[in-house]
Formats: sequence, structure tokens, C-alpha cells
Amino acid sequence: MTEIVFYALAAMALGGAIGVVLKSNPVASLLSMVGTLASMAGIFVLLEAHFLAAIQVMVYAGAIMVLFLFVIMLLNLGHDYEPDLRRGIGQFLAFGVVGTIAGLLARQLRGAEDNPVYQFFPGPEGMDRLLAEEGIVGAIARPLFTDYVIAFELVGLLLLVALVGAVALAKRRV
Amino acid sequence: MTASGFAAGPAAQAVAPGGGEAFEPLLPGLILLLPLLGFAGNGILALAAARGGAARLRSGEAGAGGEPERRLVHALPTWLGPGSVALAFVLSALNFARMAGVELHDPVIRHYWSWMATGPFTAEVALQLDQLSVIMNLIITGVGSLIHLFSVGYMREDPGYARYFCYLNLFVFFMLVLVMGAGFPLMFVGWEGVGLCSYLLIGFWFEDREKADAGKKAFIVNRIGDFGFLLGIFLLFRHLGAVDYVGVFAAAPEAFSYGDPVVTAVALLLLLGAIGKSAQVPLYVWLPDAMAGPTPVSALIHAATMVTAGVYLIARAGVLFALAPVGSAAAATIGAVTALFSATIALKQYDIKKVLAYSTVSQLGFMFMAVGAGAYVAGIFHLMTHAFFKALLFLGAGAVIHSMHHALHATHREWDAQDMRNMGDLRRYLPMTWITMGTATLAIAGIWPFAGFFSKDEIIWYTGARAEGEFAVLYAALWAIALVAAVLTAVYMTRLMVLTFHGNQRFGESEARNLHEEPVTMTVPLAVLALLAVFGGWINVPPAVHDSFFGGFGLLPMSEWLHYWLEPVTAAADGIRAAGAGPYSESAPLGGGEVLWAAVATTAAAAAILLTMRALAGREVRPADESSPPEGGLARVLHDKWYVDEAYDRVIVRPVVGASRFAWRWIDQFVIDGAVDGIGALVRGLGWAGSLLQTGQVTTYAVILALGALTILGALIL
Amino acid sequence: MLTEALVLGALLFVIGMLGVLVRRNAIIVFLSIELQLNAVNLSFVALSRYLGIEGQLFVFFIMTVAAAEAAVGLAIIISIFRHYESVNVENFSLLRW
Repeated sequence: MTEIVFYALAAMALGGAIGVVLKSNPVASLLSMVGTLASMAGIFVLLEAHFLAAIQVMVYAGAIMVLFLFVIMLLNLGHDYEPDLRRGIGQFLAFGVVGTIAGLLARQLRGAEDNPVYQFFPGPEGMDRLLAEEGIVGAIARPLFTDYVIAFELVGLLLLVALVGAVALAKRRV
Repeated sequence: MTASGFAAGPAAQAVAPGGGEAFEPLLPGLILLLPLLGFAGNGILALAAARGGAARLRSGEAGAGGEPERRLVHALPTWLGPGSVALAFVLSALNFARMAGVELHDPVIRHYWSWMATGPFTAEVALQLDQLSVIMNLIITGVGSLIHLFSVGYMREDPGYARYFCYLNLFVFFMLVLVMGAGFPLMFVGWEGVGLCSYLLIGFWFEDREKADAGKKAFIVNRIGDFGFLLGIFLLFRHLGAVDYVGVFAAAPEAFSYGDPVVTAVALLLLLGAIGKSAQVPLYVWLPDAMAGPTPVSALIHAATMVTAGVYLIARAGVLFALAPVGSAAAATIGAVTALFSATIALKQYDIKKVLAYSTVSQLGFMFMAVGAGAYVAGIFHLMTHAFFKALLFLGAGAVIHSMHHALHATHREWDAQDMRNMGDLRRYLPMTWITMGTATLAIAGIWPFAGFFSKDEIIWYTGARAEGEFAVLYAALWAIALVAAVLTAVYMTRLMVLTFHGNQRFGESEARNLHEEPVTMTVPLAVLALLAVFGGWINVPPAVHDSFFGGFGLLPMSEWLHYWLEPVTAAADGIRAAGAGPYSESAPLGGGEVLWAAVATTAAAAAILLTMRALAGREVRPADESSPPEGGLARVLHDKWYVDEAYDRVIVRPVVGASRFAWRWIDQFVIDGAVDGIGALVRGLGWAGSLLQTGQVTTYAVILALGALTILGALIL
Repeated sequence: MLTEALVLGALLFVIGMLGVLVRRNAIIVFLSIELQLNAVNLSFVALSRYLGIEGQLFVFFIMTVAAAEAAVGLAIIISIFRHYESVNVENFSLLRW
């Protein structure tokens, strides 16, 4: 059952991704992207990462994609668009590079579960135990506010800087 | 073994065996410091004078410096220059008196500080006081102060007065470092220092291109010798682990057997250094050119002191040379060849200073013969007497030149003040100079009882006495050469005297009216040196001579005093030489004793003087601009100095210049510059090619990024 | 399921890369970059099943940075558009010397 759901979601994600790349209309591209992100949220659920699934939907598919949509609308790019796929040698090269990378990755990913390195880590059973003890939010929050608290604060600062930067860049100069 | 002599420090090294009084040196550092202070004072003054002169030149009121300033620029060097050296002489004399009062066998070493200590190599700044260095001190500061005093009159009107005394004081300082340093490194410091001062003083009138070139020549030719000297020191350290005298001379007899190749190499390398500094064949060519300097400089540096440093080096390193009979024989051979060779050149020179220069080279050859024959005391003895009479000859020549220059200047005649063909009959105008120079001539010619008689006789005797055992034939030949060279000495010196002071007067009456005897600052040194030239030889009369007619049948006060005095220094070397080469022969190669050959030598010299006077008497000499060089034959060859300079020019200088030009044009300008420029061009080209990648297109960068990722991924996975 | 998730991540990543390379519209290029980030996120989450909760923490941080990046990047696109009246990346070649 899980596998069927996974493959369905995976197919949706791939389809959405291909849509992102191939759709000429930016709005259509964007909507494909939302679809991809939503399917990935489903896959997160399958992988027992419920918290991230929720954030994926709220922050990514919700906030960030809406931001993109805003910009597209603001710049009035929703119509009068032209197909902007690169042709010729550039496309050829891109496909070659990308295909090779994909081949290399596929070659590497065969039998990932059997990698002996996993015996040194908690593994699915350990993770299940952790989640049973603390719940998903607690499991993420505890290290976030203890071991990684400095990184967490810095990320907050980064967001502030990005905010100020975005305002400064996008402000129409008088 | 390194520097063991220094470890004990300055105190109480000198306890004489047998409980005698210890020799406590009196302010040895101050002897060095005084000339150095003189150098500093005169140097500051010279700089100030030069700056003031430049400032006046800029403000356009040349010569308006004012009388008080000019007097200051004169008065201070006048007292500071000769004064510091004279004080150093007084100190040296006090030290000498103290040393003479006690029985001293080991050198006294004053250790000041450690110059460098790297691993096993240590070089100390330490002064060694022993009989040899004290004698050398006396000669340097004594003759030096007389020459400084003479310079006061000679250089009076020179604009570089303070600069002159600055250099001269510095020279005395370095010369004292050379003889008082307690090891080879410090000796090398002095060695290079006197070379520097020699360069500065030869090129003292550097506005004259020829004189500046002469300075350069002296410096460069000396480099060849210094290179040998330095290699010799390195070799000593390599095999003995020590470079101080005490350490080296203690270790050498144990480390090296008699005639050991290593010690022979050391001796030959040190000899190379000595040849360069003492202007021996084949490196003598710089000394005649060095006459471009002021005449008192020639007297001090290029006759009395610096050029004898090579003799001092061999005498100081006597242990090493005694261990290396080949090195000693080489020294003696070079000395003999030089003595004869340069004496022949001196026969046909017309420049009064050139004659004296070749004479100096010749006399240095005698000294090399002495130390090469193992007679280190005889070498030092001749060094001393030579310092007296050759300094006197140079100062006398200086007085002649000075007077002639003034006379010719007053009448605006463009004649060479140094050419003897322009002189003649000067004894009427410069009687004091004539008498003193005549004394010196008799001394250098070896006429009894003047100083040169005793010292030269000893050299000839010891060379002949080596004609037994090792290198017997060689030393016999050298002995014969020495006799010939001694006779030639008498000939060329007589010729100089006759041409200068006798014969027909070549200059006109108007010049004659302007010829005056020199001031007292110049005649007093002449007189003192003349006395020394007469009596200086009496301190070391050989016993055989002492008891004969030549020694006044024992009337002369001191018999072999210098031998006894220097015995602690030379004993080790003498012992090694006697053990290796056997004792000196009792008779000369042709038979006969020391007295007989002394009589033969002095008679031959006297006969040479008389014959030369006879030959030159009544010969009409024409002034220089009306004469031409000898037309051909041997006279022409001698006049042109055997064409050695020309030969060197062809064989060495021009190929080197040609090779340098090749290296400059092709290797430097073409290959190296080409390579450098080529690398620059290559980088520019690569940069230009690389800039093509900078399309400004984000996509291009993305592709390259992806390719890079691909490469890394491929490298990791495959 | 790990292998499958990782393969999916890899495929999404190369598709995103393809988008970066072949599209001219700056916004789509940007979107493709977001897609690549998400592909990496997926790998992290999948591996966190085996390697511990830290993988999910990483994803959390990546999302935050992606949000910041989107804000700034879009602001840049806006200001470029104001200048060129275009979002075609081929028109921007200011980085050339």
C-alpha cells in the first residue's frame, strides 16, 4: 500500500518537475512546481517526517510560491510570453551533462539500503522509537534549541538581512 | 679544539713559566680605537665639508665659505689625523716596553666578544699580543705617524684634506686589526679593510678617470688573492675545526704530517692571498698603477705596511708553511722571480714613483724569498727595514714631486712633475731631501752599515743555506737570482738618484726660482726615517757578522736581537722546518761563509752604484716631451714593462669582457629577458583567452558549474 | 524505500539542473533552482530515516535559506526588470569585463 502511494506521488512529483522545465507559461510552470512540492510533502509523510511535510506545504508551496506568483504578476509576465527553451548546441550540451550526472547518480544509488554504514546509526527502528517517545515536533525541536541553537539564531538573522536586502533592492528609486 | 685559546679569557694567560712576572697588556683595544676615533672625527668633518661645499655651490657663492670655517676644516684633521696615530704609537711603545720587561712565551689574548658562533664554527673578536704583533704595531703606528705628519704638509692645499685623513686613519685601524687579530677571520677583516682603504686612497682624486680605474684595478686584482685566502681559512676549519691562531697552530702539527697534501693546499691558498696583497708575480700589476694615489699613501700603504701583509701572513702562519715544504718553496720561487723581474722593469722607468713601485715589488719579493726559505725572522726584519727606507724614499719622492709641481704650476708649464727627465740637479734646491733620499738609497742597495745591508744579507744567506736537502737546486738558483736582483737594486736606485738630483738641470731658471725646500712637517719625518734607515739594521746583526769587521768586531750593540725577540713566535715553525728539511747549511752554495758573502754582496752593490754613476755621468738627458722611448731591444721591452699588462689585457681582460658582453647581449638580454618577457606575454595571452570565458551570460556559468560538478562527481564515483 | 526516494531525488535534481541550463526566463531558472533544493531535501529526509533526526534539521535550515534566497533573488529580478524591461537572462551580461 505504502509503495503504491509512494510511486503515485513520485510520478506526480516528476511530472510536475518536467512541467516546471517545459511549460512556456511562467504561471503554468509555477503551478507545476506547486504540484511537485505538494507531492513531495506526501512523500515526506511516508517517510515519517510529518513536521517537514507540514512546513513544506505551508512555507514552500504556500508562502514562497505565492511570492513567485506575485512577482510574475507584478512584472506582468503571465501573458505575451514566448517559448524560451534554448535550442541547438546549448540544449544538446545541457542534456548531455545532465544525463551523465543522472547516470552517475543512478549507478551510485543501487542498493543504498544495504550500505553497511547504517549499522552505526539508529536506523528506522531507532527513529520510530524516538518519534514514539518525543513526537515529531519534540524530536526536531530538542536538538534545534540545544545543539543547533546558534545556527538557528543565525538563520533568523539571515532572514532579517534578506528581508532588508529585498526591500532595499526592490524599492523603486525616486 | 675550537677557539680554546679564547676560552680562558683575557686574564692571566701570560704567566711566564718559572714564576716570572706576567705581561699585562696596556689598553690594547685603545690602540685600535684611537685611529678609529680619528676616522670618525675626520669622516664627520669631511661629510660636513662636502655638504657645506655643495650648499655653497647651490647658493652660487663658491669659495665664499669664510676663513674661520676653512681653518676649522684644516685644523681639526691636522691634529686629529696624525695625533690619533701618534698616540697609538705611544701606547704600542709602552706595550712593547712592558713586554720586553718580562719573559713571555705564550701569546696574550684579549677576548672582547663572540663575532659569530654557528655550530662548531666560532669566530671571536679577540686581540693577540705577542712579540710579532707588537713589532708590527710599532712599525705601523711609528712609520704611520711620520707619514701622517708628512701628509699635513703634502695635502695642505687639497680640498679633500679631511677626507684624506679620514681614509688614512681608517687604514691604520684596519692594518692594526690585521696584525693584532687573534685568528684568521679577524685577520681577514683587516685584510679586506686595508684593501678597501687602498682602493679609496688610490682613487682619492677620483675625478680623474685614470686614477679611479687604478683603484678599481687594485681592488679587482686583490679579489683573486682574497679568494685564495678565504678558501685557505675554510680548508683549515674543515680539517682542524679551528680558525684562531692558538688553536690552529696547536692542532696543525698533530693533524698533518710533514708535507701533507692538505696542509700544502692550505699553504698554497694562503700564499695566493699573500701574492695578491703583496703584489707578487703574477698579481703584481696593480701596485705600479696604485701610484695614482697621493704619494704619502704610496709610502704608507703601498710600500711600508699594507703590501707587507702577505709577508706577515706567511710569517704568522709559519707552522703551516713549515709543514708544507712545497708551499714554502713556491713562496720563495715566486719571491725570487718577482724580485728579479720587477727590478729589471725598474731599470727603465722614468716616472719617479713607478721606479719606487717596482722597487717595492722587488723588495717584497726578497721578503717572500726569506719566509719561503723558512727564515721568518729575516722576512720580518727586512719588512721592518724596508718600511723605514722605502717610506723614506717615497716621502722624499713626494717632496720632490710637491716642489716640482709647485714650481711648474707657478710658471704654468705643462710638464709632468713626476717624470725624472724633467728634473735634474735638484740637490741644489732640495738639499735635505737629497741627503735623506741618498741615505735610503744606500740602505736599499745594501751598503754597509745601513739597515738594508743587514736585512738583505740575511735573506740571501738563508736562501743559500737552504741549498741542501729538499729542493736544493731550486734554492741554490734562488740564491743566485737574489744576488743578481740585489745588484740590480743598486743600479736602478742610483739611476733614480742621478736622474733626479744630479746631472744637467732640465727645467728652466724661472722654475728654479720657485723651487723651495719643503716645510718642517715634511722634512722632520724624512730626517727621522733617515736615522732609522741608517741604524734600523743594527738590532739584528747575525753573530758571524757581528764578530767580524762588518759588526765592528762586536761593537754593534745588539746581536741577533730580533731573533731572540721573535723566538717564541717562530720557535714552533722553526722546529718543524728543521725536523723536516734538516738544519741550514753552514756555507753558501758556492762555498764560503756568511761574512764572505756579505762582503761580496755589499762590494757588488757598491761597484754597481759607482759604475752606474760613471755610466750616467755627463750624459745629456732631454726633458720628457723632447725624448722618445727607447727604440728597441731589451731597453724597450723593459720600458714597456715586459708587456705584461698588454698580455693580461689580451689573455684575460678582453676574453672576459667579450664573454661578459656575450652574456649580457645574448644570455641576459635575449635568453633571460626574453624568458621573462615571454612569461609575461604568455600570461597576458592566457588571461585574454580566459577572458573569453567571461561571457557575462549566467547560463554559460551554469554550464561550466555543471561540468565542474560532473567532473568531481565522476572523479569520486568512477 | 530509501533507494527509491534517493532515485527520485536524483531525478528531480537533474530535471532542475536541466531547467537552469535550458530556460531563458529568469524566474523559471530560479524556480528550477528551488526544485534542485527540494530534490536535495528529499534525499535528506529519506536518509534521516536511517541516520537520525539531524537530516530533518538540515531540511529545516535549507528551507529557511531558500526562503531568504527567494526574497532577495526575486527582488533582484524586479530591479533588473525595471532596467531592461525583460527577464531574459541572455540580456544580462553585465558581469563581462
